[in-house]
Amino acid sequence: MSGGNYKTEDGRQIGGTLMEMKNITLRFGGVVAISDISFDIHEGEIRAIIGPNGAGKSSMLNVISGFYHPQDGEVWFRGERRPTMKPYQVAKQGIARTFQNIALFNGMSVLDNVMTGRLTHMESGLFSQAIWRGKAEREEVENREAVEKIIDFLEIQAIRKTPVGRLPYGLKKRVELARALAAEPKLLLLDEPMAGMNVEEKEDMSRFILDVNDEFGTTIALIEHDMGVVMDLSDRVVVMDYGKKIGDGTPDEVRNNQEVIDAYLGVSHD
Amino acid sequence: MPDQFLFAMEVILNGLMAGVLYALVALGFVLIYKASGIFNYAQGVMALFAALTLVGIMEGQVPFSHLINAIFGTEIHHFGWHVPALLAIAMTMVVMVGLAWAVQKFIFRHLVNQEPILLFMATIGLAFVMEGIGDIMWGAEIKKLDIGLPQGINDWIDVTTFEAFGYGFFIDNLDISATIVAIILVGALIAFSQYTKQGRALRAVADDHQAALSVGISLNFIWILVWSIAGFVALVAGIMWGAKSGVQFSLSLIALKALPVLMLGGFTSIPGAIVGGLIIGVGEKLFEFLIGPMVGGATENWFAYVLALIFLVFRPQGLFGEKIIERV
Repeated sequence: MSGGNYKTEDGRQIGGTLMEMKNITLRFGGVVAISDISFDIHEGEIRAIIGPNGAGKSSMLNVISGFYHPQDGEVWFRGERRPTMKPYQVAKQGIARTFQNIALFNGMSVLDNVMTGRLTHMESGLFSQAIWRGKAEREEVENREAVEKIIDFLEIQAIRKTPVGRLPYGLKKRVELARALAAEPKLLLLDEPMAGMNVEEKEDMSRFILDVNDEFGTTIALIEHDMGVVMDLSDRVVVMDYGKKIGDGTPDEVRNNQEVIDAYLGVSHD
Repeated sequence: MPDQFLFAMEVILNGLMAGVLYALVALGFVLIYKASGIFNYAQGVMALFAALTLVGIMEGQVPFSHLINAIFGTEIHHFGWHVPALLAIAMTMVVMVGLAWAVQKFIFRHLVNQEPILLFMATIGLAFVMEGIGDIMWGAEIKKLDIGLPQGINDWIDVTTFEAFGYGFFIDNLDISATIVAIILVGALIAFSQYTKQGRALRAVADDHQAALSVGISLNFIWILVWSIAGFVALVAGIMWGAKSGVQFSLSLIALKALPVLMLGGFTSIPGAIVGGLIIGVGEKLFEFLIGPMVGGATENWFAYVLALIFLVFRPQGLFGEKIIERV
């Protein structure tokens, strides 16, 4: 099942194609991390990329966010072919992300961290910023309001002024999500949002991901190890193994795919 | 001994003001180090270069005149005009921004992800190149820099303290201006980094490159910005030192005095650079005053370095630096 609009099981209307990866191949020297993979992401859906360790999931996310540049293949975003872009240009296009190993600004407060997420929305120039007049001041106020909304939404008001470096792991993950959300992204990339969390934290994070998708209509692409979580959260799943795509479809379709079962449970080679 | 006490007070005040000048140079180091992890050996030369350029523009000197004359057999040295100080400062700032751009474009862009020691070596190279260019552009002779700052003893302080204590303090007006300028500069820098978008981006880059990229910050732009700000700080330092002791090659050596300041204050802390500068300034003046006579004087040449050495042994991260914790 791909292409066209569709309705999810819980009745949400999914829009047209937001992003399309066409025949992506990524090599590091002689190692092929991704080989000839194509898939698409529709507006408003939660799309998961799963696979065993070393399958190339993170590499794929890095291709989407511009950290890696594939040797072959095309990236289409909002109906246009995307030229080779630097990560900061991709961010400006409206693609925000979180990292597997949390990349926050540890010396800065939670509020400041989330504010950096608004940078792509600030247009006032260096000069008006320097003298702090007119547009710069107005922008700061507007952006503060947007940020406070997200802080409320993710229930991190209590730690607004705390330096991020002092927070426990689970909260850091949430702050990182807040920073990505602050950019009001058209596409939100989550690299293992639940890695290293306990059950309770996982439940919280799952709820936030669903709420974000529901309230803001944000399109989300996520990588996750925890199969249970993925199947519950996502509308459609891409399964990767050794850099190849071995499955693509709804959680149910994927669950019953023999190749996927083999990749996850191992298969006897006799 | 009240006289001795008053004299010591005066020494401390003068030390504080000398410390402000050290802090100004150290500040340039900290800015670049924080944002890009580069220890910029050329900071002192940047101050010299900025001061040379400022004098050159003010005096209406023709840049590269010796070179031009040697090649074309002409005899031009001056445009024959004088540029007002403020305008000349603005023009010098444009040159410093151009320099920042060039440094980023031709040197550090090509050294991304290299070892810190390599980057450091590159700045040493940069220091020599800039020294040479400064010489060719503006000539090697000692120049007088006068942008109209008040100089000489401050009469009001002299008279007031004389009436109050029966002993007039000798405080140089230039030192007072330098202190005021430094306070404004530091205030402006802190406000910029705390409350503006670029300041926030700058702190973000200093903290984590990858995360900064992911929120849409162009590292290239930020680094040019940082080098420009460091250029501006160098210009201010160059003006102050130049007004004090003339614009000459030895100006680039004040950078060496900034090293102990940084070791005291920590390489990553703006307040550290200031406090470090003040401690060194006061420390070396007071040491010279109290201990100097016993050891035959000239302690100012080495006091700062010995103090830095002691700090390195007992508190290697400096007073305000981030504590070095190795996690295993």
